[in-house]
Amino acid sequence: MNAVPVLEVKDLRIEFPTRRGTLVAVDGVSFSIAPGEVLGVVGESGAGKSLTGNAIIGLLEPPGRIAAGEVRLEGERIDQLDGERMRRIRGRRIGAIFQDPLTSLNPLYTVGEQLVETIRTHLPADAAEARARALALLSEVGIPAPEARIDHYPHQFSGGMRQRVVIALALCAEPRLIVADEPTTALDVSIQAQIIQLLKRLARERGTAVMLITHDMGVIAETADRVAVLYAGRIAEIGPVREVVRGARHPYTVGLMGAIPKIGAGAGKHSSRLVQIEGAMPRLNAMPSGCAFHPRCGKSFDRCARERPEPVPVGANLTACWLYDDRRPAA
Amino acid sequence: MTTGAPPREGRGRLPLLRLEGVGRDFDVSRPWLNRVLEGAPRQLLHAVDDVSFDARRGETLALVGESGCGKSTLARLIVGLYPPSRGRIEFDGVDISDPQARAETARLRRRMQMIFQDPYASLNPRWRVRDIVAEPIRVLGLASDEADIASRVAELLRQVGLSPEDGDKYPHEFSGGQRQRISIARALSGRPEFLVCDEPTSALDVSVQAQILNLMSDLQAQLGLTYLFISHNLAVVSHVADRIGVMYLGRLVELADAQELFARPRHPYTRMLLDAVPDLEMSGRQRTPVAGEVPNPLSPPAGCAFHPRCPHANERCRAERPALIQRAGSAAACHAVEESRI
Amino acid sequence: MSFRSFWNHDLAYSFRRSPVTIVAAALTLLCVGGALLAPWIAPTNPFDAASLDLNAAFAPPAWIAQGGRGHLLGTDDQGRDLLSTILYGARISLGVGVASVLFALALGVTLGLVSGYFGGRVDAMIMRIADVQLSFPAILIALLVDGVARVILPASSHDEIAVPVLIMSIGVSGWVQYARTVRGSTLVEKGKEYVQAARVIGRRPLAILLHHVLPNVMGPVLVIATIHIATAIITEATLSFLGVGVPPTRPSLGTLIRIGNEFLLSGEWWITLFPGIALVTLVLSVNLLGDWLRDALNPKLR
Repeated sequence: MNAVPVLEVKDLRIEFPTRRGTLVAVDGVSFSIAPGEVLGVVGESGAGKSLTGNAIIGLLEPPGRIAAGEVRLEGERIDQLDGERMRRIRGRRIGAIFQDPLTSLNPLYTVGEQLVETIRTHLPADAAEARARALALLSEVGIPAPEARIDHYPHQFSGGMRQRVVIALALCAEPRLIVADEPTTALDVSIQAQIIQLLKRLARERGTAVMLITHDMGVIAETADRVAVLYAGRIAEIGPVREVVRGARHPYTVGLMGAIPKIGAGAGKHSSRLVQIEGAMPRLNAMPSGCAFHPRCGKSFDRCARERPEPVPVGANLTACWLYDDRRPAA
Repeated sequence: MTTGAPPREGRGRLPLLRLEGVGRDFDVSRPWLNRVLEGAPRQLLHAVDDVSFDARRGETLALVGESGCGKSTLARLIVGLYPPSRGRIEFDGVDISDPQARAETARLRRRMQMIFQDPYASLNPRWRVRDIVAEPIRVLGLASDEADIASRVAELLRQVGLSPEDGDKYPHEFSGGQRQRISIARALSGRPEFLVCDEPTSALDVSVQAQILNLMSDLQAQLGLTYLFISHNLAVVSHVADRIGVMYLGRLVELADAQELFARPRHPYTRMLLDAVPDLEMSGRQRTPVAGEVPNPLSPPAGCAFHPRCPHANERCRAERPALIQRAGSAAACHAVEESRI
Repeated sequence: MSFRSFWNHDLAYSFRRSPVTIVAAALTLLCVGGALLAPWIAPTNPFDAASLDLNAAFAPPAWIAQGGRGHLLGTDDQGRDLLSTILYGARISLGVGVASVLFALALGVTLGLVSGYFGGRVDAMIMRIADVQLSFPAILIALLVDGVARVILPASSHDEIAVPVLIMSIGVSGWVQYARTVRGSTLVEKGKEYVQAARVIGRRPLAILLHHVLPNVMGPVLVIATIHIATAIITEATLSFLGVGVPPTRPSLGTLIRIGNEFLLSGEWWITLFPGIALVTLVLSVNLLGDWLRDALNPKLR
């Protein structure tokens, strides 16, 4: 496959200037997504995963700003574009899906009107062509009887169906990249499974790159090809999903995986205690020195508090941890 | 080595909690004037309908279901936040849903407490933590001497993994997980034997969820508590529960021992829920695709409420509502199971 | 850091950054200070009948050629020193304003809490009364209450009870917005889990209302109250201007403006102008302070 990734993020740094000093919310985050690939970005609240997504689609809320690094869409830098040019890219080349399908849709217009308007904004199509395309999209995302549903208002759809409409809206202009921020969090499990299947199929069939942001490791395991684990605004570990889920290297990933209750592994009470990571994610204004995870890490040693680890290849993954540094002094 | 198990009052062999045909309706009609002008009828939402089960002493009984299945309403009926519209709720053999027996009911309700879902809404933001935790002690008159109260609060905070100095702070100074610990300390301060936990970890991150689940299981072992654990997350439930009830559209569709439920789910809805859980082990297990969505609870389907989504539905399912039938270790409300079709 | 000091810290910061607010605060302080300290700083006591000097009536301000004679802002029709009268008048205006706001606040908050927490018929009744009252201008309600009180109470006591009646009538005309705001916040707070937790513990409704709900609904109410003080002062001035407010022997700013109004066309403009300026300054600065407080406490507007 060709070497140019759809999305390439290099050393991204997001800052929030406040009157009590500048807070660094995301720092040194690098990753890329190939065509047709689903990259899962997983992390707990405050890890900076949504900020990263918003920075890529140019919707960082002020005073937040990209302070360093670059974002490239199909090789072209997009992190320094002005609002108007970014708006044209959003929708045309990047589609966005957010957590709450209700706020992503305008309640005053039918879904058909919204789809047709989006299509005609970005593609040369007359009203009839746009409507035909809207119908095709609705049936592609699995909405039954699209001819009847296209003239309904958002409130006439259930939560799961609404999220399908949002996905159809994101697909209107055949974007190369879809940024989906917690697309299934507001949905029930049975609906969540349907939406996951849909995203996966779209990526595969259309060759769209998908950045799937979620806190739910289960969703990632089901959907993603590769996964980046974020902790305190930095990538702790990134690699193929099977490697990260079953053979995590970074102590945080290991802890995270152990903390997730699982069905099947001898179901029933007192089967096993969950692995617990003591403490909580640090606040932005109290970031520990060195590796941000060291105060909660059972394997930390003095270097962890002093120096910040960069991601280095460990097996198939990149892992930012001094445990895997060859220069580690014999302890 | 903190407190021993609280003293138990007799009747040890009865279930601690028994529900019989409990139902609760909510009037969701438009305002009176609109109804008159539009000729619309009164509309009742049957949030909980004909639910019966027992909770045994010392066990964790979990209720699972998707949003709108009535599990949270059921929790609130049990702790008395709403009166039931129908049925009986017995605690330690006494009917606590009877509005006539106020005094007796109030005495029994002291023995149950509740832990809520949202750690950001369940603590009064204007109160210091020590006052929040001490409130049940003061209200229930468990101690009147301020020094006794202070030492009991300190002990409770230690018990849930916080430090006694945290009592001086306000809730906003704590993270979600720490707030949930405060909630637990408040629930325990009334020395209850029965705790209703309404989605206690669903607002928390996984690593924090693990801390809270472990804490709850430690406390249960130490204090001999009985839990009613409400959750939408089957994986969490499989981790904590002795027995599990599955709810769909206000009704209990299956009730079984945890092991049995996961090994041999019987109701088609339970099977569907299990299939929908993301496969974290990446075992590549075969899954039947989930179909359809939960219907509008205002106009539930006739017969078995699940029949429009059920692959095994037949004429009987569309017409006749199945009852919960006990059969070899588990109970299911399904005609197909009863007729051994599945 | 405790909650309070943090909170004050942010407020102080937004205060420092708003020059308009600083000016408004200074002016408010000046008005309030002048009003409170009137007995000590005013040149004369205008309420003291012995100090009246009809010969000195209609003296223009000191800086005008034929003015002077020790009256900085001149004198009114009865020879009272205008500066003193304004200082004492502001005292009455402010006092009536604050007292009627407190009255409206107590009434509105109580009714709003009851309405929001208990709902049902009580709620419907209180809110319908509120709706009806809102369909009349506040000044009309105040006039009505004032008129009714004057009819009911014996005529001999009118002058003594004028101020309490005024406070009550302005207060009654203003409770609705408190009740509505508090009812709305109460509905929100009532649904929150900490209130449910208190109910599970077995606390009684009154205790829950006082200890749990009330502290959490007071924020917006205090902002409304600040802005309402300005409105109440205006209402008092209007009533006094219409002649149903405080008696001319103990004039408020509004009474002074009415007295001066009669002489405006005959050239004695100062009698109405200076009390007018004092009133505008007081109301405007209190209003600006209230607006700032509202914005500073509402993170959504920042």
